[in-house]
Amino acid sequence: MLETIWFLLWGVLWAVYFVLDGYDLGIGTLVPFLGKSDTDRRVMFNAMGPFWDGNEVWLITAGGVTFAAFPKAYAVMFSGLYTPLMLLLFALIVRGVSLEFRHQVDSPAWRKVWDWGATIGSFVPALLLGVAFANIFMGLPLDENGVFQGNLLTLLNPYGLAGGVLFVLLFVMHGALWLTIKSEGDLQQRAAKLARRLWPVLVALIGAFVVLTAIYTNLLANYLLNPLMLVLLVIPVLALVLLRQQIGKEQWWSAWGLSAAIIAGLTLFGVVGLYPALLPSSISPDYSITITNAASSTLTLSIMLGVTLVFIPIVAAYQFWLYRTFAHKVTEKELAQDGAY
Amino acid sequence: MDVLMLSRLQFAMATMFHFIFVPLTLGLSILVAIMETKYVRTGDETYKRMTKFWGKLFVINFVLGVVTGITLEFQFGTNWSRYSEYVGDIFGSLLAIEATTSFFLESTFLGAWIFGWNILSPKMHAACIWLVAIASNLSAAWILLANAFMQNPVGYVLRNGRAELDNFFHVLLNPFGWQQYVHTLSGAFTLAGFFVMGVSAYHLLKKQNIDFFTRSFKMGMVFALVFSVLVAVQGHHHAQEVGKIQPAKLAAMESLWETHENAPMYLLVVPDEKNEKNAIELFGIPGALSFLAHGSFNTSVQGLKDWPADERPPVMLTFLSFRAMVGLGTLLPILCIWAFLRRNKLTETPRLLKAMLFAIPLPYLAIEAGWVVAEVGRQPWIVYGLMKTADAVSPIVTSQVAFSLVALTLLYALLGAVDIYLLFKFAKKGPAEA
Repeated sequence: MLETIWFLLWGVLWAVYFVLDGYDLGIGTLVPFLGKSDTDRRVMFNAMGPFWDGNEVWLITAGGVTFAAFPKAYAVMFSGLYTPLMLLLFALIVRGVSLEFRHQVDSPAWRKVWDWGATIGSFVPALLLGVAFANIFMGLPLDENGVFQGNLLTLLNPYGLAGGVLFVLLFVMHGALWLTIKSEGDLQQRAAKLARRLWPVLVALIGAFVVLTAIYTNLLANYLLNPLMLVLLVIPVLALVLLRQQIGKEQWWSAWGLSAAIIAGLTLFGVVGLYPALLPSSISPDYSITITNAASSTLTLSIMLGVTLVFIPIVAAYQFWLYRTFAHKVTEKELAQDGAY
Repeated sequence: MDVLMLSRLQFAMATMFHFIFVPLTLGLSILVAIMETKYVRTGDETYKRMTKFWGKLFVINFVLGVVTGITLEFQFGTNWSRYSEYVGDIFGSLLAIEATTSFFLESTFLGAWIFGWNILSPKMHAACIWLVAIASNLSAAWILLANAFMQNPVGYVLRNGRAELDNFFHVLLNPFGWQQYVHTLSGAFTLAGFFVMGVSAYHLLKKQNIDFFTRSFKMGMVFALVFSVLVAVQGHHHAQEVGKIQPAKLAAMESLWETHENAPMYLLVVPDEKNEKNAIELFGIPGALSFLAHGSFNTSVQGLKDWPADERPPVMLTFLSFRAMVGLGTLLPILCIWAFLRRNKLTETPRLLKAMLFAIPLPYLAIEAGWVVAEVGRQPWIVYGLMKTADAVSPIVTSQVAFSLVALTLLYALLGAVDIYLLFKFAKKGPAEA
């Protein structure tokens, strides 16, 4: 029971992370495409300025919770995906310092370097997280000792790459929508136009990904054991349809909320389909890392549940406060102020 | 080199690099919070300028602390997966609690602080930096409790082939963790005090912004004086506890080979690990080591030969780092006392100011040396007495670790250089005009 609760919390934490960091990874990726002038780029960086650090902590928490609740899954996942995780790490490091360093020296060359740092540092995590999760949905080549029998190329299979592309586009859409909320004028128009153009591509890609999921993974079989659970897929599909409508009406906050629902819905659809495995083995189902063989002791799970139930609502409350306080558009005036990127 | 050695190097490099930035974060956040509180209370614009000047240096430093911290959490899984599996029940939960209770707080309110100058009320803005300061220091407590489980495992039972949590309160109240917490924090606060004094001294030497930097200098001085004395006094108790809990580490710290009653302490020692003796031992003070370690001249202190060779820590490195830490730990309070005596004649004492400027790296060296003593001195154990480092390493391919070690080192070197360049640039530039 506790294991199942933690499994769901695990999925929810990853979903929250993708929703929150997703849009700033998306904006970072978009910098060279939407940021025509230095002012544009500064607006883009400032649109995520107060938030990105707090967003990224959800990744630390998702990682930490994997470590605490399912140590074996943490051990297998992090050592098995060694190289992609290191690349993810390098990218996140470069992105973090790029945001902080770019505005410190008044020189176009200096800013150009860190703009590229922010872009690569945003694009690579989006891609790698997609590749990693698609591979987990598909199953990793884990032997009887939970040792990963493959390399980076094993992960770059068609389904893994499809997952990577899907994540990048989901995040780019999410970021473009956040930019429509936080910017005005030309830049906002360009972001809106991008969202409109991206929508059909996203529809096609999500459709293709669901079909590929049925072919490459066992998720479908799992869902067929419990067809009612397929309702989960309704959330992202419905949100996708409504998204077009809200983009048309230029209702940017609700459009952003719907794109959040798509990301969260797809993540949870994938994660729940794994149950009761956390990391299925593609060699043999017997070697899979499951919630039973990976879980911590009951005592640890209970204590961690207590901590989570008390603190996560508090975190959500003050992060909500942060978003409300900084919900206004980034203006020229604000760019001239202290602290602005 | 094998996966084990490469992973150890990588972890050592990542931890030591991380700890260039963290101690300044811990201390400077509090100093900046005090400055801003003074501004809110008195409305004195100088305090506002101080908050902004030191706050900028704080932020530049903070970001590297954060990004290098992620590396450490990742590495337990990537490079030490057998360790993670074995102690995740306890160690993992401490890291997860740290993220949930502290890291979120710190990151969220730092964002609000950086961008909130003209949006939040002055009181709310000051509250943000206090939350950052408190959360950073709370975060350190969780991390050090996690580290304490490696140093002095408590509150667990061995079950299902791993260490499982048995008593959470024992883990939370691990005496080793709290000793180390006081020690690490006092060291960090000393470092922040010296940083502020050193940068202020530079400007006082150049006779610019005298009032601004005199006030800053004095704040740093009070901080450094109090905590450099505390770290020295408490460090002594901490070492005594190490002697009880990890006697092999103590023996390595002193390079003591034979078990002695009335053990002497030598002022000059050159360890000779190969031949299990000291090549040089000069100026011995009889009984001093027994007294320092156990509070009595006659008690016996265990020598390294009490342990089989494969259960002894590397002696030379532990020994030298310990001497460096203690030496610097003695020098720093003396510098602080000198500054205290001349506090009202700072600009007339250029020699003091120069000394303080060049003293900036010293607390950094002391702190890094301290971590070498703590971590290298714990070897060959990853969890003292429970799991060896060699059994903890991930079943991964050597080339992967070699690649990541080289890449991480290059990346860190580059970022470290940029960061130091920026810190120099803004420290030299001085505060904005009033």
